[in-house]
Amino acid sequence: MGKRGIIDGRENEEPTARVPGPAYARIASLLVGAATLLSAAPASADEDAPIQLWHAYRGAEEDALAAIVARHEATGGAPVELLALPYDAFGSKLGASIPLGEGPDLYIDSHERLGDYRVREIVAPVGDAFEGEEGFRDNALAAVTLDGEIWGVPLSQKCVALYVNQGLLREVPATLEGIAALQPGLPEGVFALAYEAQGAYAHAALLGAFGGSMLGPEDSFGFVGEPAIRSLDLVQSLIDRGAVPNDADGALVTDLFRAGKAATAISGPWLAADLGETDVDYRVVQLPKVEAAGGEPMRPMLTVEAVMLSPHGAQKPEVRALAKLLASREAAEIRQATAHTLTARSDVPLPEGDAFLRAFADQAEVAIPMPSSPAMRATWEPANRAIKAFLRGELDAAAATEGARKRFDDVRRPPPPPASPTPLIIVVGLMLLYMAFGMVRAARSGDLGPALRRSLPAYRYVAHAVIAIGLLVLVPLIIGAATSLWAGRPETGHYVGLANFVDILTARGGPLLATGSFYLVLLVTLLWTLSNVVLHLALGVSLGLILARPTMKLRGIYRVLLIIPWAVPNYVTALAWKGMFHRQFGAVTGLIEGLNRAFGLSMEPIAWFSKFSTAFTANLATNVWLGFPFMMVITLGALTAVPGDVLEAAEVDGATRWQRLWKVTLPIIRPTMLPAVVLGAIWTFNMFNVVFLVSGGEPDGTTDILVSEAYRWAFTREAQYGYAAAYAVLIFLMLFSVTRLGEWRAKVKADREAAAVAEAVAASGGAH
Amino acid sequence: MSGHGDGKDAGRQVSWIESAASHFVVVLAVAFALYPVLWVIALAFSGTSTPEARVLPIPREPTFDHLWAVVSTTREVGESTQWLFGRQLANSLIVSISTALVGIGIAIPAAYALARFDFVGKERGLRVLLATQMFPAVAAAIPLYLMLDALGLLNSRTGLVLCYATTAVPFAIFQLRAAFESIPVDLEEAAMVDGATRLQAFVKVVLPAARPAIAVTALFAFMSAYNEFILAATLLGKEDMFTLPVVLQRFIGEYDAQWEAFAAGALIVSLPVMVLFYVLQRNLVAGLTAGGVKG
Repeated sequence: MGKRGIIDGRENEEPTARVPGPAYARIASLLVGAATLLSAAPASADEDAPIQLWHAYRGAEEDALAAIVARHEATGGAPVELLALPYDAFGSKLGASIPLGEGPDLYIDSHERLGDYRVREIVAPVGDAFEGEEGFRDNALAAVTLDGEIWGVPLSQKCVALYVNQGLLREVPATLEGIAALQPGLPEGVFALAYEAQGAYAHAALLGAFGGSMLGPEDSFGFVGEPAIRSLDLVQSLIDRGAVPNDADGALVTDLFRAGKAATAISGPWLAADLGETDVDYRVVQLPKVEAAGGEPMRPMLTVEAVMLSPHGAQKPEVRALAKLLASREAAEIRQATAHTLTARSDVPLPEGDAFLRAFADQAEVAIPMPSSPAMRATWEPANRAIKAFLRGELDAAAATEGARKRFDDVRRPPPPPASPTPLIIVVGLMLLYMAFGMVRAARSGDLGPALRRSLPAYRYVAHAVIAIGLLVLVPLIIGAATSLWAGRPETGHYVGLANFVDILTARGGPLLATGSFYLVLLVTLLWTLSNVVLHLALGVSLGLILARPTMKLRGIYRVLLIIPWAVPNYVTALAWKGMFHRQFGAVTGLIEGLNRAFGLSMEPIAWFSKFSTAFTANLATNVWLGFPFMMVITLGALTAVPGDVLEAAEVDGATRWQRLWKVTLPIIRPTMLPAVVLGAIWTFNMFNVVFLVSGGEPDGTTDILVSEAYRWAFTREAQYGYAAAYAVLIFLMLFSVTRLGEWRAKVKADREAAAVAEAVAASGGAH
Repeated sequence: MSGHGDGKDAGRQVSWIESAASHFVVVLAVAFALYPVLWVIALAFSGTSTPEARVLPIPREPTFDHLWAVVSTTREVGESTQWLFGRQLANSLIVSISTALVGIGIAIPAAYALARFDFVGKERGLRVLLATQMFPAVAAAIPLYLMLDALGLLNSRTGLVLCYATTAVPFAIFQLRAAFESIPVDLEEAAMVDGATRLQAFVKVVLPAARPAIAVTALFAFMSAYNEFILAATLLGKEDMFTLPVVLQRFIGEYDAQWEAFAAGALIVSLPVMVLFYVLQRNLVAGLTAGGVKG
């Protein structure tokens, strides 16, 4: 689990629907109060229910946990139900279920989330599940201690260390610079060191050597000043020497090392699991020292995995007993033997001669426990962007990190002050009054009664749909929209009136067209929608026209093949496209290399996600690919409505093929296609998956569209749901007014065109 | 399919250049459409993953191991061994088919009324319905979750179906309303003259005529439920309740992404939808034509 858990910032960027706690519960409980009364007894009532234990382990670690639990049950412990969850869904599921008294009694998670969990009241102090300080390592204890209390029982420690490919490298230089100096002597295509140079998590180890940290004192942004600048300059020099791949992500580091294309790699214990079946001869040593930092060692971030108790679980003695057992010496030994996990206990000896665990244990001693303050989460996005902007050469180190600090401070600035709800009450009251007045007037005019009576049969048909949509669609949407008037974290939120909207529409007080401002994102969104719709139409309509020709052979087969992009889940294909655009190892780069070889060209591979234009193009290619089959099918359908004799008549009249297409076919299919185009445009406007999964907003958030920007405010910037909801409301208002305007104009136009077509039909009919 | 009046042209030779050009364009498009999918397939069958830029999606050291590993997951429940993948596949199918049935079931009568009757509030209702499609779905997720909890439907397939129905029903109503509108009123009136009630006319005359559109609408509802994973991952809290996309999600992490297993799973998940698309492909055109996805 810590495999990914370590990178909290990353995990937060995954598309999960996080469901927050009490504030929403209060709002919603008003509306669903009646339903609550009807619903059955709460989950905790069942005394005999097995203990619920949630985790995100896989493979050997999961086996180890199962073995420990089996032993617990075999020795008369309370029955336990284990649930393995996708790591990305872990936090959101906890936040969603525990405040409602549901969910696990205890769960295994990374310590750095404790601060956040504590604020959200989904974790409780462990009490007597903690057997005493003597058995645990100091670093691990420090990690789970907040304000003098223990909030989780430490199980294991995870951090990165240096993997060395012994086939390529017998002696490991003691310094980072020494490793980089090996580059000229290595075989072609082999890097001296593979690590995620563009990621803030990996960079933190370097920063640590220079005495810096990502989060400074009193929750200030730490990635600034001398240590930040010097560490960045060092990375740049490593990349310039070709010793480090420029844009490796974590998975690629694994692949490079596994394939023998990296002499050394910075990675965590999870890499060993991936190397198990390969014949790479490797060993693990501590991270090197850094000459540029005066010979100080690199200091990675340390994650401590711990058993945490939910507030309702913490009250049960059998749950606390299980937590104690999970962290016991015996369990630690099972974990060490089965999963080769570095324990957080100090009284469990490492296996004799186990250099692997030894190296990680030594590394953990100099590692810095990741701060568990909720502010830590807000450091990842600005830090990641600063590193990327610097490595792209856009900004120097000082400007990049200073910009990151501004962004961090902006995201964390205090929410607007509470506003008086009186204006809202007055407005809602006036609206209700107006509606009541309208109804009374309609009733008194005498038309309504008979009209209603006439409508009665129809109501029988629509009643259940009205109820279903009202409850399932409208109520949640209205509540969702109403949260845009609140600010702050859900637990501490308060009513702020229209302050969120004012903030957004004034670009948070900055320049109106600055990166990430509402107006710039809106422009990008419009460009995105427009280019997609144009390309969808161009491709879809031309393919539809070709496939509709009766003389076309094999069109049945073609049609089936062309529909395939529509049938595959779009998150799968979006990830496939992202892989194809990888600068070093993507298929597009392979294509460029192939062309170079075949035609003796010398095109450079393109770093797709480092420039707005290319990153946008990558997103666009993906979404055009996803969307054109729909337009093609719509076109094929619309073409069946084109009467053959009209075309024939036009031909007899001497119209060329081109003229027949533009003057007859297209005008006839247009009204049928228009609604589909409008719907397609709305979908594209809100197309979250592609933007999020392919470019992820890179570079520097410039390719984000409004929906993904809203998502970031809700899920990667300290849970500002109110602010995100305000984005959603603005999106809605824009789409709504544009479609209303479009509807009206389309109607006017359609009437005119219908007349024109009728004329054409009449005219051609006459000529026949 | 052919709307073009080429009946008389049958004897005329279409120049081969033109035909070749058409095939060329279409083959290019097919290559564009299939290329990423072929990569997913190649990955699913690859024994090793080597980072290097390659053009052709050909599996390395071909193997069925990943497919087998995904399909053959089991878990121990007490004494017996449970075929976990089978249950999860069943979950996916149950949830998606129920969503399609619920969506269609609610939408058919409503869409019929919207197509055939004039009633107070019709225009306004339609506008509200369209408006719900413009609101980013994320905004409604939290309240929906709390409602399901209050109803005791969290962690159940029923709750998931209700969630999916929220998107399936409005879309189905639009689709089917347009489909019903395109069916001539004369047909029903003739039946009613022959003594059928309106309901009988609807069931016996209108529904059969709208079959392609209904099939396509059901397919869309099925597909959206079948491919969804964010809500499913948040709502479901038991491994044997998971739907397949949630299972897929467990394969990819930041550092230890098991891409081959993910691809193998993706392939298996995609198969039923592909088959449905293939079976319904004729209806797809006819159904969407009639429907025209009218707003």
